[in-house]
Amino acid sequence: MMSKNPKTYLDYAATTPLDPRVFDVMGPFFTSKYGNPSSVHTFGQQAEAAVETARESLAEFLNCSPMEVVFTSCGSESDNLALRGAAFAARQIRKANHILISLVEHHAISHTAEQLSNVFGFDLEYLPVNEYGQVTGESVKERLREDTAVVSIMFANNEIGSINPIREIGEICRGKNIPFHTDAVQAAAHLAIDTSTLNVDLLSLGAHKLYGPKGIGALYIRQGTPILTTQTGGGQENNFRAGTSNVAFIVGQAEAFRLSKEEQLNNHAHLIPLRDRLIKEVLQIIPDVKLTGHPTDRLPNHASFVFKNVGGNELLMMLDNAGFACSSGSACKTGNPEPSEVLNAIGLSRDWGLGSLRVTLGKYTKDEDISRFIEILPQLISDNRKMRGF
Amino acid sequence: MSTKGKKVVIAMSGGVDSSVAAAMLVEQGYEVVGMMLRLWSDPGSEVYNRCCTPASMSMARRIAAQLEIPFYAVDAKNVFKDQVVDYFIEGYSQGVTPNPCLMCNRHIRWEFLLNKALSLDAEYMATGHYARVIHEEGQPVQLLKGIDESKDQSYVLSVLNQSQLSRALFPLGEFTKTEIREMAESYKLPVAKTKDSQDLCFLGGSNYASFLEKYAPNTSTPGQIIQKDGNQLGEHNGLAFYTIGQRKGLGLSSPVPLYVIEKDIQNNQIIVGPMEELGRSELSAGAVNWVTGDVPDSPFAGEIKIRYQASNSTGVVTPIDSDKFNIAFDQPLRDITPGQAAVVYQGEEVIANGIIEGENELARDIIPVELVSK
Repeated sequence: MMSKNPKTYLDYAATTPLDPRVFDVMGPFFTSKYGNPSSVHTFGQQAEAAVETARESLAEFLNCSPMEVVFTSCGSESDNLALRGAAFAARQIRKANHILISLVEHHAISHTAEQLSNVFGFDLEYLPVNEYGQVTGESVKERLREDTAVVSIMFANNEIGSINPIREIGEICRGKNIPFHTDAVQAAAHLAIDTSTLNVDLLSLGAHKLYGPKGIGALYIRQGTPILTTQTGGGQENNFRAGTSNVAFIVGQAEAFRLSKEEQLNNHAHLIPLRDRLIKEVLQIIPDVKLTGHPTDRLPNHASFVFKNVGGNELLMMLDNAGFACSSGSACKTGNPEPSEVLNAIGLSRDWGLGSLRVTLGKYTKDEDISRFIEILPQLISDNRKMRGF
Repeated sequence: MSTKGKKVVIAMSGGVDSSVAAAMLVEQGYEVVGMMLRLWSDPGSEVYNRCCTPASMSMARRIAAQLEIPFYAVDAKNVFKDQVVDYFIEGYSQGVTPNPCLMCNRHIRWEFLLNKALSLDAEYMATGHYARVIHEEGQPVQLLKGIDESKDQSYVLSVLNQSQLSRALFPLGEFTKTEIREMAESYKLPVAKTKDSQDLCFLGGSNYASFLEKYAPNTSTPGQIIQKDGNQLGEHNGLAFYTIGQRKGLGLSSPVPLYVIEKDIQNNQIIVGPMEELGRSELSAGAVNWVTGDVPDSPFAGEIKIRYQASNSTGVVTPIDSDKFNIAFDQPLRDITPGQAAVVYQGEEVIANGIIEGENELARDIIPVELVSK
């Protein structure tokens, strides 16, 4: 007996529904083609073939060699393996002790880096961001050191959608021979990822942001990048990640990425006008609102705002009640209303930072969804402000 | 009253009472939305706040999912700290014994959370309290005791005014705790088998003593134990650790049993005396809430509870003004404690709530309740 309002899903950056075509290719690997890819017999061979075909397919997406693709359980695991693995290897090989990350990384990077600093004694340094939450090549150049173990800068920000100049930063790092990682979990759902020109050494992917299953991800490891495995065991994934391969999900992930690339231009043609209309009208209609993130260098499906003197969590509750599923910048599910690190990093004061809203669109979003959303939002914002005494 | 499609927000805790209340409302045909407050706890002991541990939060989520109702966690840490915890600390610092649950009901549940409910266009808010409300068109809303006398929680709800009560539902009030437990089983609710606790939620793992030592250090400073005439009999460990009427644990040797009669915050002294000096037949109460909304114009007989766990005492209540009443009890009472609420009943109905006054006044004025109207 959920609310009688029809629910409109506008939170595609959180996750997406599984594409039925992806579901279809996964099916047989649960029930009939259930072999363990490491087994010698034909069941195993069949499964191994599926995993390696998936690896080739994902390598095609990334424009890299299949042996540079490592399957993991999710984007966060990819981030962990990349940062930890590169940091430990750099320390072992060349006594490097310096880690450079941006102020607006996903917690999978920032919390991993904090542990590397607090527990393992790495010297952690944060790269500042501009008002759009972007890192500049210049600031990376200034901070790179001889003993920098690894640099990690996200491709596109999950909260505010801004895209970083990854190719340029990668070039700077490569010039100094410092491993460069980027978390491309959000970006890969929308942008072409060509590792042959991106100048990255490590790149994290997850499947569920692009209509693939949750619980599967991948890490691109450029050939020759020093990395120490963090999950030891049976030597799967070229010794980079032990554990029986999750065959059905690996197959599903590859199909999701293949479809995403194939349909990317169509999706852009659908999403960008919707996003631009949403941003334009919200900024026009609602008083005391700001767009967060870059106005143009942003993910095609991503609109994010802050509203002055609005409670972000309450706004999400009111939106859900009105039939719209959105997100905010903060850890809303636990009820914690504090502004996120990202909103602090781009210099928003508390009265703005508490009132964040992220609206992310997808291939099932319709024009009339946006119309209805824009129709109800002003009233909810004004009710919310009234409730807080503004 | 037709329930069909009317929206109710149920304040959930993950416990058996509010979970059954939610299930009953769903069954009665309301459109139900679950909400749970995140409250302030002594930093470091957040996981112990028994009202909102991560475990109880996830239990409430599971129950909401089972009932197919939306569920939202609502952060109330700052407002709870300001209006409940600080009230408790200030009270102790000033030598009175406040009941923070009253403030929580007035300002957190039935103002802060109720406003969230109203912002979702809810008609009512419900809680798992054992009490009853009677909504009659054109009549003041009546607040009645719960059917189960041993579980009755009307005492802590006696701070609610008419505008709050007009939005209140207490689905459990017509039932006994035993019946509610049976219903939890028949609804197949996965509620935790935790014992009801009387401790204050925000103390977390710590006890009164260490909490007050930290936040109201003046109340844990040792001082003198004296008699009325000023004769010193011993030393106390800090005023916070003693209550009016207490006999044990004073460490005094005396031919007649001695009781705590008064706590003198100015001089950090505890005044003790024999039983005869302890008993009082009168009290004055301030910060009065007339539940019915009307200030009676003449004295009336009533039954009075002077603390949550006390039994009823009879007496005559004399309204002084909208903010004050006096009570003359038929029999002297041993433990009239400044800071606690005197709640006046007539039969089943709650008539008024007033904070017992003493030598030391609570410095804090009543903060008016403001509900949002759209």
